[in-house]
Amino acid sequence: MIKFFLMVNKQGQTRLSKYYEHVDINKRTLLETEVIKSCLSRSNEQCSFIEYKDFKLIYRQYAALFIVVGVNDTENEMAIYEFIHNFVEVLDEYFSRVVNNV
Amino acid sequence: DLQSTNLVEVCMALTVVSQIFPREMIPAVLPLIEDKLQHSKEIIRRKAVLALYKFHLIAPNQVQHIHIKFRKALCDRDVGVMAASLHIYLRMIKENSSGYKDLTGSFVTILKQVVGGKLPVDFNYHSVPAPWLQIQLLRILGLLGKDDQRTSELMYDVLDESLRRAELNHNVTYAILFECVHTVYSIYPKSELLEKAAKCIGKFVLSPKINLKYLGLKALTYVIQQDPTLALQHQMTIIECLDHPDPIIKRETLELLYRITNAQNVTVIVQKMLEYLHQSKEEYVIVNLVGKIAELAEKYAPDNAWFIQTMNAVFSVGGDVMHPDIPNNFLRLLAEGFDDETEDQQLRLYAVQSYLTLLDMENVFYPQRFLQVMSWVLGEYSYLLDKETPAEVIAKLYKLLMNDSVSSETKTWLIAAVTKLTPQAHSSDTVERLIHEFTISLDTCMRQHAFELKHLHENVELMKSLLPVDRSCEDLAVDASLSFLDGFVAEGLSQGAAPYKPHHQRQEEKLSQEKVLNFEPYGLSFSSSGFTGRQSPAGISLGSDISGNSAETGLKETNSLKLEGIKKLWGKEGYLPKKESKTGDESGALPIPQESIMENVDQAITKKDQSQVLTQSKEEKEKQLLASSLFVGLGSESTVNLLGKADTVSHKFRRKSKVKEAKSGETTSTHNMTCSSFSSLSNVAYEDDYYLNTLHDRGDKELKTFSLNSELLDSESLTELPLVEKFSNCSLSTPSLFADNSMEIFHPPQSTAASVAKESSLASPFLEETTEYIHSNAMEICNNETISVSSYKIWKDDCLLMVWSVTNKSGLELKSANLEIFPVENFKVTEQPGCCLPVTEAESTRSFQYSVQIEKPFTEEILSGFISYHMMDTHSAQLEFSVNLSLLDFIRPLKISSEDFGKLWLSFANDVKQNVKMSESQAALPSALKTLQQKLRLHIIEIIGNEGLLACQLLPSIPCLLHCRVYADVLALWFRSSCSTLPDYLLYQCQKVMEGS
Repeated sequence: MIKFFLMVNKQGQTRLSKYYEHVDINKRTLLETEVIKSCLSRSNEQCSFIEYKDFKLIYRQYAALFIVVGVNDTENEMAIYEFIHNFVEVLDEYFSRVVNNV
Repeated sequence: DLQSTNLVEVCMALTVVSQIFPREMIPAVLPLIEDKLQHSKEIIRRKAVLALYKFHLIAPNQVQHIHIKFRKALCDRDVGVMAASLHIYLRMIKENSSGYKDLTGSFVTILKQVVGGKLPVDFNYHSVPAPWLQIQLLRILGLLGKDDQRTSELMYDVLDESLRRAELNHNVTYAILFECVHTVYSIYPKSELLEKAAKCIGKFVLSPKINLKYLGLKALTYVIQQDPTLALQHQMTIIECLDHPDPIIKRETLELLYRITNAQNVTVIVQKMLEYLHQSKEEYVIVNLVGKIAELAEKYAPDNAWFIQTMNAVFSVGGDVMHPDIPNNFLRLLAEGFDDETEDQQLRLYAVQSYLTLLDMENVFYPQRFLQVMSWVLGEYSYLLDKETPAEVIAKLYKLLMNDSVSSETKTWLIAAVTKLTPQAHSSDTVERLIHEFTISLDTCMRQHAFELKHLHENVELMKSLLPVDRSCEDLAVDASLSFLDGFVAEGLSQGAAPYKPHHQRQEEKLSQEKVLNFEPYGLSFSSSGFTGRQSPAGISLGSDISGNSAETGLKETNSLKLEGIKKLWGKEGYLPKKESKTGDESGALPIPQESIMENVDQAITKKDQSQVLTQSKEEKEKQLLASSLFVGLGSESTVNLLGKADTVSHKFRRKSKVKEAKSGETTSTHNMTCSSFSSLSNVAYEDDYYLNTLHDRGDKELKTFSLNSELLDSESLTELPLVEKFSNCSLSTPSLFADNSMEIFHPPQSTAASVAKESSLASPFLEETTEYIHSNAMEICNNETISVSSYKIWKDDCLLMVWSVTNKSGLELKSANLEIFPVENFKVTEQPGCCLPVTEAESTRSFQYSVQIEKPFTEEILSGFISYHMMDTHSAQLEFSVNLSLLDFIRPLKISSEDFGKLWLSFANDVKQNVKMSESQAALPSALKTLQQKLRLHIIEIIGNEGLLACQLLPSIPCLLHCRVYADVLALWFRSSCSTLPDYLLYQCQKVMEGS
């Protein structure tokens, strides 16, 4: 099950966030900074799945933009990984060249 | 907007509904959304299904009645609507897989179509047809096919197909493959599929892509629980992953290793885990890992030294963040020990020694928890030391006490340890210095302890009796009634003090005084003086001496006593191999060859590897060494399980024999007599020679003589008369024997009409019960060729009583039968006495009773369990079953007056209103209410004109009130309760009842 969906740029600013479970507003910022920190610290050779507390983060980088999805333990990581790509493709379809302009 | 004709508006409204609607507002829009399920536009239908899914998530009760409509959605001609309905089904199947087995066929067909590319091209993603839909379907199939051979057989083909199709080199096909593998290993196994799935995993693990490797490891972790040999094939890859630069991969590998740990490889695996533990900083990881290491160490520790050292490492790293159970369990293990006294002493001695050396080191800071463990162990077991005197230990503890970095909680542990050691030390300056120092401490707790120590120190004899050596495990007899204070109380009473009143009584008095404005202050102060008199200084000092003792020495002991029921894993499996080989006489012969074969295979593999890589570098060899140490004995894991099982079985036997002992000898003998005469009767009926022989073979003397008797009688034709006589005697005696214990009902099948007897034996256990309580009809829940199990519900006033009766259909005798219920989070299931059956004769029925109590409201829940039985001459077998329980089983009438109803009505916050159409047969209010009373067990309080008041309660005591009013043929129901979910549920049930009748 997907818990939240984040779009973050390389400077660590959140561009878009969507939570599917209630999280307090001030806790959100805390969570987001921690999530971004753990994503930014990883290199290309490392895998795109991170275990964070009791859930998993799946991230994908498009130029300067990170898309991070938080899921619970039962989710299929690879499916989410591809789902992110599908999402970006859809964005690209509707608002062409979206990835490079953010 | 929902009623608008504009499509876009409806769409928006449905989206908003699913996003922001709270629970309470659902009934308002539910009918509108239900209508939308029939909408001509597929996007509306889809959105309606999704909105209902959302409702199902937040309030499953309220959408219960539209489950049939979901089925329609599943068969919708539009793929989108069908896909949306899958979410609901995944959820519902997760909760209750048995209810949807009939849909397996449809899911399989859908998946077949998807895999076969029958969907519109829009659903393709990189030329893979609807990958997420496939994943969803595979997940559902996995849940449906779990442990169910028949359902699983339906899906073999389609799984094979999707494994074959998903060969495209794309990430999303890997995701599908992963899900396939998962499903293949969750359903009832089929060897060909397993082989293919294993190949897939191999591809994943060996892939250079890091994400795939992760996925492969995850799959392997799951699969290895079913088939540990797969790990052997991939051992080299696993070793590589263990040294992988990415910590996430490393962690996943450790998780995998954790699953394959056994007594032989535990040292290496724990060492690896500790290495990782030292590197990681995140708290969550540490807590998780520390728990796992402690568990492994307790289970499989090869020797004392290793165990203590591992636990030391765990304590010093895990420190204060770890779960408090870990130190508690550790101390309990030390204190209670095992069967072998010398082993215990060695373990304790080693612990004491290692702690002393740790304390000797300068400038090292240990976590508080670790210090607490140390102080307790030193306090209890320092007497085992030869070299160092207690005084020296005290000196060390004293040094710690003076350390500023030690918290005050730990200091009290330390003082307690010192107190325990003082009687052994004879005289010690340190103790005096300590007393001197801490009697002026600012911390009141410390001061209290210091004073206690001081007084005890002055009276060494008393101290020795209070703090005996090595008695931590013995029960302390605590005088809960405080009878030693009786004299004091009598004295106080004779001096005119008022008798003590309990707290609630005083409060009541206070209240009543306030109400009537009684200005007499003395009545109150009298009672309080009686109270304080009881607590006067003498009482305190006396009380604290006693309780101080129990609080200090018993601080951990009380804990350990409570935990006694828990199985001691360490002692049973890993630690006492000698004992196991003794108990497993029959099983001992079996596992050894297996083990050796596995080890041979293991060696062969490594040998092969070695011959292949002779030219490889030294580093590789090291890795292989590590591999062989990691995977040694992996194949023999099954034997470990076997041994474990044998052990538990023997344990059960022991328990059983206790039960037998509890009964008087007389009872057992008569019992045996009845048994044997029954069996001999059935012999006569069936003339089964084989059975006679088996009976004959039994060791029981009494039985032997009886079977001999019957054999003799059998040969003659005048059998029936004397036996029947005997039989009637015995059966006369049985009721009296078991009258006090209704669980142990034993009903003999009569030789003349066995089937009739069976029926009656099924029904009769409840004759006594049913005079008082209503019960459901017997329902057969599972059976095989030897036994059949049927269940009943008895709705008792305070709980639900589940009765399972086991009928032995075969001509053979059941040696033992055992019923176990899987734990469920919403219930508390308590076994009624007499659930272990020593012997069940042929053709007889036994029943088990369990009382079920609700802990958390739910709507529908499955209570499942299994019955394991042991035939006379064959192996033991298991039979699983499950029973549906609904909340209705826990609803009881609440008998209150109309006035109370009025009061309660105002005090409840949660209410639900609904109008229900009445059928013609019950157009009048009384008849409608009567149906509610009968079907739902509501209590009718009063009927006033066209209004009615009803009440019920959910066990144990959650009331719910119902107010009804009739207009023409409409019944307006209005529920109120203190529980938020109860009205919803009852409303649904009422609707069902009204519509049904």
